[in-house]
Amino acid sequence: MDFGVIFSNTAGALLNAEALVLALAAIGLNLHFGYTGLLNFGQVGFLAIAAYGLGVGVTYLELPFGVSVLLGLGLAVVLAVLLGIPTLRLRADYLAIVTIASSEVIRLVARSAALRDVTGGSSGLTGFARGFYSLNPFDSGMDIGPFEYSANRLWLLTVGWTLVVLSSLLVWALMRSPWGRVLKGIREDEDAVRSLGKNVVSYKMQSLVLGGLIGALGGFMFALANSSIQPDNYSTLLTFFAYTCLILGGTARILGPVLGSILFIGLLVFFENFLVQGIRADVIPTWIMNENQVGVIRGILVGAGLMLLMIFRPQGLIGDKKELQLDARR
Amino acid sequence: MPAADTTAAGSGGGSTTGTRTGPAALAGLEPRPGVAKPDPILVADDVVRRFGGLTAVHVDHLEVQRGAITALIGPNGAGKTTFFNLLTGFDRPNSGTWSFGGRNLAGVPAHRVARLGMVRTFQLTKALSRLSVLENMRLGATGQKGENFFRALVPGIWRGQQNSIDERAMDLLQRFKLDAKKDDYAGSLSGGQRKLLEMARALMVEPELVMLDEPMAGVNPALTQSLLGHVKDLRERGMTVLFVEHDMDMVRDISDWVVVMAQGRIVAEGPPDTVMSDTAVIDAYLGAHHDSDLTPEEEREVLEKAAAIHEAEAREARGEKGDDA
Repeated sequence: MDFGVIFSNTAGALLNAEALVLALAAIGLNLHFGYTGLLNFGQVGFLAIAAYGLGVGVTYLELPFGVSVLLGLGLAVVLAVLLGIPTLRLRADYLAIVTIASSEVIRLVARSAALRDVTGGSSGLTGFARGFYSLNPFDSGMDIGPFEYSANRLWLLTVGWTLVVLSSLLVWALMRSPWGRVLKGIREDEDAVRSLGKNVVSYKMQSLVLGGLIGALGGFMFALANSSIQPDNYSTLLTFFAYTCLILGGTARILGPVLGSILFIGLLVFFENFLVQGIRADVIPTWIMNENQVGVIRGILVGAGLMLLMIFRPQGLIGDKKELQLDARR
Repeated sequence: MPAADTTAAGSGGGSTTGTRTGPAALAGLEPRPGVAKPDPILVADDVVRRFGGLTAVHVDHLEVQRGAITALIGPNGAGKTTFFNLLTGFDRPNSGTWSFGGRNLAGVPAHRVARLGMVRTFQLTKALSRLSVLENMRLGATGQKGENFFRALVPGIWRGQQNSIDERAMDLLQRFKLDAKKDDYAGSLSGGQRKLLEMARALMVEPELVMLDEPMAGVNPALTQSLLGHVKDLRERGMTVLFVEHDMDMVRDISDWVVVMAQGRIVAEGPPDTVMSDTAVIDAYLGAHHDSDLTPEEEREVLEKAAAIHEAEAREARGEKGDDA
């Protein structure tokens, strides 16, 4: 059984595109859920609408790459405002229902046959990423230790992780300011904040828009990493993966979503490689499982691992246990 | 700018005599519901709030004297807290007008009512648990430059203001004997300390009128005296206090004027001693027939009424929460 392969594959995956897409989605969620207390169960909707804004902009509307990015960001803002207007005056659970439904609406509309000319229907969109990779300043790929990166991959990861760092810095700068204090106050009790003269609905809207925009960046990177947009990749599962990463790392912590995403992807890849190598080396006999079952067993093992983590470390990797024990409202 | 300076001296339109202002001016007023005060800060007219078929609040006329401590008492379900919610913009009445310092407040959202200088606390204390005591206090300060999204990103813009806010917060925390706890999570305070924090936090807004919803509920007796002292102190500093309370000893001890509500209406008002011997008040609290036993029919009637009220409130609670613009 080759542990070298297992560990090098796992280490290589820690910084791959999936981790950074989840990290961006989770940073946005952290702003919504961790800091403002908004139960957004439709984060993937922001990723999807931004990805389609970019894809449709380049392919159907034939706009330049940069303009299409702006179109995607603009659509994310519009989505946040549309979601916020009817729900932010109501109790938190209404937002949860509306967001989860709207993210599915976006996916189903995008994959509908009627829009095949625009969004590519169920087969999705390709051929929009050239603008991004033509900006690539790297001439050739690079080998870092055991890892080989093509020039395009290197460019994607550089841009992606830079966005993760910038988003985290933005959230950090905001959360130590009076603006962030109002958000945290709203998370604890919005009526109390209202009674102190703050326009609660306006702050919740600002939080929803900003977190949605950070999620939109994740949507761009997701689309560019695959050079294609598949509607069914933007299902609610992605939202719950982002929640998993957030809670795993620690909610309401600047680096929580980032570390959580890296750990989550690391666990997935580790178990996959471990099982594959184990079967090939006959350490795991075939009457227990064969190579075709790796995907399922991996999911089970990661699930069990997450449960253990939540039992023994409910606050996440870098959360504050004391804070968790202060029962917030009830 | 301490609130005391602006309110103690400035109390409204020209009071050279001195007897028109403050609690002293209440002496000799006729103790009847809706009586006009010499210098009212808050005036409410025909404020009606219905939950379904039930009229929870129907206040014909009420004036609250500036610079005095006014108690709002009444049996459970009398509509005191609902009336509070209406006055502070946390709930909207079906009809009615009310004004604060001459400014019409009908339709003004809660956060703007607070900014105008009318700040409330809650019956169930709302300490912001996972913020430190000092952060709770800072949140109370109004007009903070750093609360704007873009200005928040440049600490140079708000840091100076924050320092002066901190100074004011520490002064207040000292007054309320919470200064040693400034870095603790508000959620780790005892019930009484949370009440103190909530009151101190409300003062950060620099209000003219402080509205306290059951300030003594859930406070241990050792802290009661200190809380009473703080409420009286607000008056000394020129603020007006309107509070809801059940504890009659407290009402008698600190209030200058008492307003009694029952079944949504104001049934009596006057100085504490007069009101507490009023037959309407005794009836409201103990029931008009407290000398005779209830017949089974009457008992059923009372129970049905209670159930209807409960249901109406539950229906209301499921619906829309407080508004904001």
